[in-house]
Amino acid sequence: MSSSLPNATPSKAVAVDAAHLSAITSHIDNNEQKPGPLLPILHDIQNDIGYIPDAAISEISKRLNLSRAEVHGVVSFYHHFSTKPRGRHIVEVCCAESCQALGGRDLQKHAKEKLGLDWYQTSKDGEITLEPVYCLGNCACSPAVRVGKQILGRVDNEDFDELIEELTTVPVTLMEGR
Amino acid sequence: MSAHNKVYIPRDSSSLSMGAEKVAVAFQLALQASDSNDTTIIRNGSRGLYWLEPMVEVDTPEGRVAYGPVKARDVESLIAQGMLEGKQDHPLSLGLTEEIPYLKKQQRLTFARAGIIDPVSLDDYLATDGYTGLKRAIELAPQAIVDEVKESGLRGRGGAAFPTGIKWQTVLGAEASQKYIVCNADEGDSGTFADRLQMEADPFGLIEGMTIAGLAVGATQGYIYLREEYPHAHEILDEAIAIAEQNNYLGDNVLGSGKAFYLEVRLGAKAYICGEETALLESLEGKRGMVRPKPPIPALEGLFGQPTVVNNVLSLSTVAIILAKGADFYKDFGMGRSLGTMPFQLAGNLKYAGLVEMAFGITLKELLYDFGGGSFNGKPLRSVQAGGPLGTYLPESQWDVKMDYEEMAALGAVLGHGGVVAFDDSVDMAEQARFSMEFCVVESCGKCTPCRIGSTRGVEVIDKIRAGEDREDNIELLEELCETMVDGSLCAMGGMTPFPVQSALKHFSEDFS
Ligand SMILES: Cc1cc2nc3c(=O)[nH]c(=O)nc-3n(C[C@H](O)[C@H](O)[C@H](O)COP(=O)(O)O)c2cc1C
Ligand code: SF4
Ligand code: FES
Repeated sequence: MSSSLPNATPSKAVAVDAAHLSAITSHIDNNEQKPGPLLPILHDIQNDIGYIPDAAISEISKRLNLSRAEVHGVVSFYHHFSTKPRGRHIVEVCCAESCQALGGRDLQKHAKEKLGLDWYQTSKDGEITLEPVYCLGNCACSPAVRVGKQILGRVDNEDFDELIEELTTVPVTLMEGR
Repeated sequence: MSAHNKVYIPRDSSSLSMGAEKVAVAFQLALQASDSNDTTIIRNGSRGLYWLEPMVEVDTPEGRVAYGPVKARDVESLIAQGMLEGKQDHPLSLGLTEEIPYLKKQQRLTFARAGIIDPVSLDDYLATDGYTGLKRAIELAPQAIVDEVKESGLRGRGGAAFPTGIKWQTVLGAEASQKYIVCNADEGDSGTFADRLQMEADPFGLIEGMTIAGLAVGATQGYIYLREEYPHAHEILDEAIAIAEQNNYLGDNVLGSGKAFYLEVRLGAKAYICGEETALLESLEGKRGMVRPKPPIPALEGLFGQPTVVNNVLSLSTVAIILAKGADFYKDFGMGRSLGTMPFQLAGNLKYAGLVEMAFGITLKELLYDFGGGSFNGKPLRSVQAGGPLGTYLPESQWDVKMDYEEMAALGAVLGHGGVVAFDDSVDMAEQARFSMEFCVVESCGKCTPCRIGSTRGVEVIDKIRAGEDREDNIELLEELCETMVDGSLCAMGGMTPFPVQSALKHFSEDFS
């Protein structure tokens, strides 16, 4: 089921990176004409592959005439970019003030316990990565959670459990439907 | 059966977060089953009355009527009880939308179209006075456009409240082969969502404002720097930009004016500091979001070293209204040096959270109770953070303050981007103060020591205070630390992080014992 998942073991990671190389090249091709192309390239690569593999950093540095350290410096500056494979679903829990005012702290705690993960950790089955986010602009419906393009409001612990349930069971049918 | 009918179901992020998509699907299915094909579903933006979302509306001869908050399971009974004919028999009936007091009391200028139109329908936009500002601007000399903006008194809505017309004057006066208009759509402040709503409910308003800015200062390229956290806004903006291009509202020859203006959305990557304008420009250039020292100011040396207007989403969208209706119309609203209207965003523990656009000068108490309806959970309100994560916490004794830049400043508070986050009496203000420092640890760009190291020390010291360790000494230490950060930081991240901390210490000292 998770065959498309980037594999975390080092030896295989190299092989996966090699397979990703053509994708990386095409994302660079698509963006390099833009002024300030680095962030658009990184976004496209992460959207496609799920993270920024080491091979991408080398390739970008060659193509954009930057040092590897410069590219790495940019990747590491932004909370959004990850240099490690992440789960198939990124579950982001809002940690900012409006959500705090309506039980957001309890929800953060519950999310960590339910998944047995701390921030930026990925479940063993490669399904879910848990991340903090500082405001989703959904503060009128706090507390808020995001999964990919989906944003949820007024999320209580039970809603969160249901969400996780859906994410970890529904995908099979979702994939059939596509 | 009803005559040709329109059913409006919102598609902005917050409505979707409350289940609007499921409601839309349920309507779709119900309409298909009833084989009545004289009803169209329109996906509008939201009116910003978020406790009522998903709020579904139907056209009637008297105006639009509303139902909400609607769940998918309500759709069958709504239709059965005649909602498609506008009947008001269902328990979720809200009557005429425009008569809902929360909306009726507001002065909607920037948000005049929000929730009314289909955000990606150019026809809807044009039918609601859209692009009249641009058409007028095309007839004017650049200096006359800038004068109109100056005359309106518009001050930047991103937080710093700098007069927009004066910024534009500097860019107009600068000689350069390329100038830029950059829209700051990073909306990093917690408790704020007005930029998001504007982009999701009325994207052409922003596009028009940016195009006017381009004509005014002689810039041909615009970028919208949008936070990654707003996937729906991204989709809607891209769609609207493509439509504007197809119809010559963007491109080589904007409406036959002979002037070019191109527009592109660029995504941020989760970094609060990239809302600061110089860090934003660094990020757009493909670098780490490190704050640049000023001078040079971006108006003279901005993006790729060229003269650049950096304005907030609301500032630029409001320009379109000012050009359409005239500076005099706009500055008729407001008070003192805070002219026009401000889209306040009510958030946190409030019963009626949402967008409230009002002339400057409304009191915080009116926002909290007359609009907000008091707390969401019925407990007494205790503390309110205004102006985002760097804004102060106001105790009840300060809630009579008029929401205007100067009156807030007189209290040592800030209006910022207009966010108002309310907390009930279960709040632990020492914990909130700790969070402010922690947020600075996470989001500091790292350039200045007081900000980078000071905030880490701040977290440690507050932890000690909360653990009851040498309380008095540590509070004194915290106060000194705050002063060092205020005095020694290059930008407001380090320079204002102490504001919420100091206000918590001052007004809620009992929470630190
Ligand atoms: C730490 C920090 C974060 C900021 N975040 C934002 C933001 O998210 N959106 C915004 O419009 N302005 C933000 N600003 C203010 C901008 O630096 C700048 O003043 C603004 O974009 C100018 O546009 P305006 O004059 O239209 O408000 C921030 C400033 C600082 C110091
Ligand atoms: S105050 Fe903080 S965020 Fe601002 S420039 Fe200094 S280190 Fe960077
Ligand atoms: S503070 Fe959580 S969505 Fe804004």
